Amino acid sequence: MPKLPNPVVVPGATPAGAHPFPHAHLLGLEGLQPWEMLYLLDEAEQWVELNRSSGKAGSAGAKHDNRLAGLTQINAFFENSTRTLLSFEIAGKRLGADVVNLGVSGSSVKKGETLLDTALTLAAMHPDVIVIRHGSSGAVQLIAEKLGCPVLNAGDGRHEHPTQALLDALTIRRRKGRIEGLTVAICGDILHSRVARSNFQLLAALGAKVRVVAPPTLMPPHVEQLGVDCFTSMDEGLKGVDVVMMLRLQTERMDGAYVPSTREYFRFFGLTEERLRHAADGVLVMHPGPMNRGVEIDGRIADDIARSAVTEQVEMGVAVRMACLDVLTRTRRGVPGWPPVGAAR
Amino acid sequence: MIAITGARVIDPATGFDAVATVLLHDRMVAAVGAVAIPSDAEIIDARGLVLSPGLIDAGVFRADPAACHAGGITRIVLMPDQRPPLDDPALVAFAQAMGKPDVWVHPLVAATRDLAGQELAEIGLGQAAGAVGVATGRHAIASSAVMHRLLAYSRAFDMTVVSHAEDPALTAGAVATEGDYATRLGLAAAPAFAEALAIARDIRLAEATGARLHLRQVTTAEGIDLVRAARARGLAVSAGVTPAHWLLNETAVAGFRSFARLSPPLRSDADRRAVEAAIGDGTISVIASGHDPRSQEEKRLPFADALPGMAGAETLLALALSLVRNGTLSLAAALKTMTATPAALFGLPGGTLAVGAPADIILFDEQAPWRIAGDRFIGAGNTPFDGIPVAGRVRMTIKGGDMVWRA
Repeated sequence: MPKLPNPVVVPGATPAGAHPFPHAHLLGLEGLQPWEMLYLLDEAEQWVELNRSSGKAGSAGAKHDNRLAGLTQINAFFENSTRTLLSFEIAGKRLGADVVNLGVSGSSVKKGETLLDTALTLAAMHPDVIVIRHGSSGAVQLIAEKLGCPVLNAGDGRHEHPTQALLDALTIRRRKGRIEGLTVAICGDILHSRVARSNFQLLAALGAKVRVVAPPTLMPPHVEQLGVDCFTSMDEGLKGVDVVMMLRLQTERMDGAYVPSTREYFRFFGLTEERLRHAADGVLVMHPGPMNRGVEIDGRIADDIARSAVTEQVEMGVAVRMACLDVLTRTRRGVPGWPPVGAAR
Repeated sequence: MIAITGARVIDPATGFDAVATVLLHDRMVAAVGAVAIPSDAEIIDARGLVLSPGLIDAGVFRADPAACHAGGITRIVLMPDQRPPLDDPALVAFAQAMGKPDVWVHPLVAATRDLAGQELAEIGLGQAAGAVGVATGRHAIASSAVMHRLLAYSRAFDMTVVSHAEDPALTAGAVATEGDYATRLGLAAAPAFAEALAIARDIRLAEATGARLHLRQVTTAEGIDLVRAARARGLAVSAGVTPAHWLLNETAVAGFRSFARLSPPLRSDADRRAVEAAIGDGTISVIASGHDPRSQEEKRLPFADALPGMAGAETLLALALSLVRNGTLSLAAALKTMTATPAALFGLPGGTLAVGAPADIILFDEQAPWRIAGDRFIGAGNTPFDGIPVAGRVRMTIKGGDMVWRA
């Protein structure tokens, strides 16, 4: 099959006449226009500032906004999560929403209820926005079709994790001043990673060049068709890159299943000081967390705040999720100019 | 006595294709041709319709008489994947009896106990109880040793062994064919050559044992090449397919449509075209519906969690006729893949209009247009062809001389 060129799109502002975000849901980044992604990033900036303020409750500088007051946000997580769940919960609470978490252990899915019945049960409680994580690709879309409220995908199987890619982009943009024209290497377990897939969509749309670096057993087949350049050598793949995004290697995939051992993995695919020298000056190191120090990344690099943006990513996560919650509920809140103008997505 | 007049009569077994009168008497075909119509005969005027032997659907997962009649199917070859599996002569006998008189069920006995792929089931006793062949079920037998013994043992009973050709280890957990499409959707995928690996092994074992091997679904160009070469060497190897694999490709799973979750999974378009070509040159000689009705509970799930399979009985003929319209097969050759060929493969009565053959007859309008709509099916509606316009409607199904469907 012919290889598709990596499309370099110069992102711009929302074109005249176009709605900044004409979608009912955020199920993935595939299909979004570049300016729609940028709109979410721009919206997130104000929340970064708010989150850094330290005023007392009720005072002008408080970390609080009331725009979602009276709205109910359900975080339905059918797969274990700590940080993403926490991030969405804080994001909702900072905006004044009533946030309820449905964890996997408390869900009636364990009792044999089908996913669609669970969806209908949730819908009957009249939530105003639902955040869903599920272990199966496509599950969030399936639930969204049954719900009458905005749905935010917090990760479905190996498919997409849009808010993670958005927070990565926001981090890069704040550190590097731009995304367009940068070369980004995504390294590690690409095969099982929804973060990588969402980042392919977003980074390509915003004009970055994307490389993937992984052992062949963790490289998705035909991934080059998605417009990325593939490397199986870290040294080659890191040559001249502006950003290195490391991915977590799940424990169940070590020890012979996909790679022979963690020490062999670290030796050839771990991010070390030496390897990082192949990258461009001022390279930015990122990791969606939680990190396996000594497996995919040398702890010293992770802790070097001049190069590592790991904690900043967490910070940007809350801001990006606040922006998404705000934008998706605008129609419901009657914000002028916010009927969804396009087809629901 | 029934006299059907004015139809274009096609007997795929002999190649007969002409406007003729067909007489049915005593549940058998009594005469075909320019025959005098007895005065006491009930006359069916079939001008403008095609008359063919009732379809024999070689490899379905559920006996579904109403859906079969609507689709012109009068006999089915039932897969052993029942609950419990058909691994016991009593279960085979029960399955064989359950369709009569509406649709005759010809069961395949399970190759191994509980279809687990480990110990041989009582296939000789199964044959005595009515099984027309042996089948590995929805999955291939992982162990080459077990498959070898199965083929060798089956030969003593002259039974066709029906195999599912997908390497079990390579396809474990996979729900799609490897490719950029599966990668984009984040679906666990297996390489297409998992089929060729399984076919190569099974053909070699069939050659070593002299057994008759039928690969129920061959869906890749590489697999087809292996079958073609084996047939050229004179081996008793045959291949079948269902309409999904020559009409759809991997892009049909867009939007995580679980109705397009099939086993084997849908392939690349190059493979799809190879399947079509293989039907045209006779390498694939059997077309079956793979009828596998699924409930909403089994299909309205995230793609990977949904069970594979499609309801196919009601759409088999119309979809097969697409091969006639695009010039791949003549009408007689298309009908042969669903009548005479499976009848010969499994030693079934029917599939022919020879005098004395069972009066299993269908009349259909080759041109009648309609749109496939799963929610209007008589049986379960899990079809990946929902919304697709087709042509070809069964107007009458006669089973054993009795009219069982008219539309």
